[in-house]
Amino acid sequence: MPKGKKPSVEAFARGVTAETTKSVRAASKSKTESRIPTLEIAFHDVEGARTQAAQIKEFVLDNISSLLVQLEAKCKMNGIQVHWAKDAESARNLIARLCEEAAPVGSTIVKAKSMATEEIHLNEHLIEKGYEVVETDLGEYVIQIDHDTPSHLVTPIIHKNKRQVAESFSREGLGPYTESPEELAAQARRHLRDRFKEAKIGISGINFAIAQSGRLVLVENEGNNRLSTTAPDTHIAVMGLEKILPSEGDLPLFLRLLAGSATGQRMTVYVHMISGPRRKDENDGPSNVHLVILDNGRTKVLNGPYREILRCIRCGACLNVCPVYRQVSGHAYGHVYSGPLGAVLAPALEGVEQLPDVAKASTLCGSCEEVCPVKIPIPRMLLQLREEAVRKGVLKEPIPWSMFVFGATSGLRWRTGLKLLPMSKMAQHPMKNGWTEFRDLPEKQGRDFRKWWNGRS
Amino acid sequence: MNHVPSNSRGTLTFVSSKAEIGEDLRSLNPIGGKQRVRLMLTCLVDSFFGEVGIASVRVLEHAGCEVLFDKDQTCCGQPPFNSGDWTAARQAAGFTMRALLEHPEPVVAPSGSCSAMVREGYPMLYEGMHHPLVFELSEFLVHQLKISEWKVTVKTLPARRKIALHRACHGRAIGLKDEQAMLVSSLPWIEMMEFGQQEQCCGFGGAFCATHNSISAGIGMEKLHNIVDSGAEEIVSGDMGCLLHLNGLIKRHKIPLRTRHFAELLAEGIA
Repeated sequence: MPKGKKPSVEAFARGVTAETTKSVRAASKSKTESRIPTLEIAFHDVEGARTQAAQIKEFVLDNISSLLVQLEAKCKMNGIQVHWAKDAESARNLIARLCEEAAPVGSTIVKAKSMATEEIHLNEHLIEKGYEVVETDLGEYVIQIDHDTPSHLVTPIIHKNKRQVAESFSREGLGPYTESPEELAAQARRHLRDRFKEAKIGISGINFAIAQSGRLVLVENEGNNRLSTTAPDTHIAVMGLEKILPSEGDLPLFLRLLAGSATGQRMTVYVHMISGPRRKDENDGPSNVHLVILDNGRTKVLNGPYREILRCIRCGACLNVCPVYRQVSGHAYGHVYSGPLGAVLAPALEGVEQLPDVAKASTLCGSCEEVCPVKIPIPRMLLQLREEAVRKGVLKEPIPWSMFVFGATSGLRWRTGLKLLPMSKMAQHPMKNGWTEFRDLPEKQGRDFRKWWNGRS
Repeated sequence: MNHVPSNSRGTLTFVSSKAEIGEDLRSLNPIGGKQRVRLMLTCLVDSFFGEVGIASVRVLEHAGCEVLFDKDQTCCGQPPFNSGDWTAARQAAGFTMRALLEHPEPVVAPSGSCSAMVREGYPMLYEGMHHPLVFELSEFLVHQLKISEWKVTVKTLPARRKIALHRACHGRAIGLKDEQAMLVSSLPWIEMMEFGQQEQCCGFGGAFCATHNSISAGIGMEKLHNIVDSGAEEIVSGDMGCLLHLNGLIKRHKIPLRTRHFAELLAEGIA
């Protein structure tokens, strides 16, 4: 993403069309509503499942060094080549080098949906190097042909409706104009099949990496991940270093929690468990499998106040339930990671100085924490980020709280202030314009409590 | 440096976890006497909604309590706390603890938000502090006084009406569930309407409603549309912040809805 001054979430929100809000609200609502019934079928005790998942992820964070060493060793035994990238730039250069070793410049690279590659802005880099990079997830494909960016972790085109997708497909000449989702999917499938056949390299993210076995686990609904990771001769998987699970035994819990929380599914349509490149006696699969383990700020987060955000399994449930996200869509947050998760993760990874105001784009309603499958205390961390931003002076607080506190630290001053309140309608107040743009000013209603109390005793 | 107010009189009613609150309170409850409680009026009720404070006192007295009111109380400090100015928040919190909380009686507030600030926010301002004994009104009535049905004593019942109960979000932080719904639905003249997106926030968010005003208003209008569609003529909530914001939208857009605190509804049943 190009650096530079980003509009605040509120400034962005003012440009969001009613059509976008309608699309985001409808999809978010339906995913939120199917979440609970699905989880209740999956687990006798949903609360207990969430607690257990949170504890397993805490164990991972506590033991991340040894688990990563174990993962690397097990992957190598499986024939997976493991690489480490400390930041986005080194990850991009490393992956470009792996691509150059695998196939000449100009070759086709098929990509399965991956937030880690979005985070490091990989596509732009590989295209610059001369590769043809094709996103194969239907939503990501639409994003690519529209030169857009994903607005949701799981459903990247949540901000678009059928008509908009139909227009893009027709513009790209994928087939006759249709708004039927089945027809549109068929058009994309026909187009993408040839890309899979010609691709020399497949790049994916991963959902879980199992330290015990060195297996990479991917979930999806469309089948494009399977093709991306098996059809080309080289598969490069990119993961944030926190994506580890200790053992295979943890998978049933996490697969069901992820599918239920993300899309209200009992299980995703596909679950891939990648145990290495094609063996001698196998007919299919890549000859080379690479795993790129990405730090890019995570070690710093691990040792700071926002550590729990690294429990995140990227289900997007907090986005779906968030009233602010529903209103503004993911693009408003100005970062790959949006919604309540992004409002913590983005400034935690990049520093509060880079994104000082995203933590303020929340009503602190707490619904994000309530739905989180790994119980991340998001509201608490939003408050801590606000405190850090104000303390470091990177966020200009429009309201002079010291004046308010002067009144609130003396009973006499407070009562005097209350008496002056009716006159404050005329006075200028830093919150007044923000309040009155869409609302009428409040008026004192009914009797005054203090007068009533004094009168009865 | 963080300063935890002194415990010189040994009467600080700090308890160590939510689970222990019930236990501690029993030991504070004088045998045979009235349960004494201190009212935390909250700054919004103090400034704009005196009737809510009056109703809260009447409700608590009707439930058998003796209500005390500390006149020096001001604001719990949540506005600066949520805005990130924790230096200012600590000053207001410290004052509130001295003015209101350093007493043996439990404190009751007609607000989940202010209760959450004291119970969950103060321990963030003062590391290691156990949260003080502050209860939201419905929580106190249902869990401490074990009231599940409101005792109506008026001879003539108010006219029947349809209401929508907006569950204010900060109740989540203190573990509120359906306490307000239970009490309100026991009033025979009240019909509680179901409405769309019932669990969603109203968009108030404190200073958020002014700093992120188009977002806040958008969320609020969605809530109001859902409520109007339900056929309700009144929005009832347990937090005046939500209602202050919704009322501003209602007046601007001339929406046919009234706003009420649930304590006002309970007070309607008291002779």
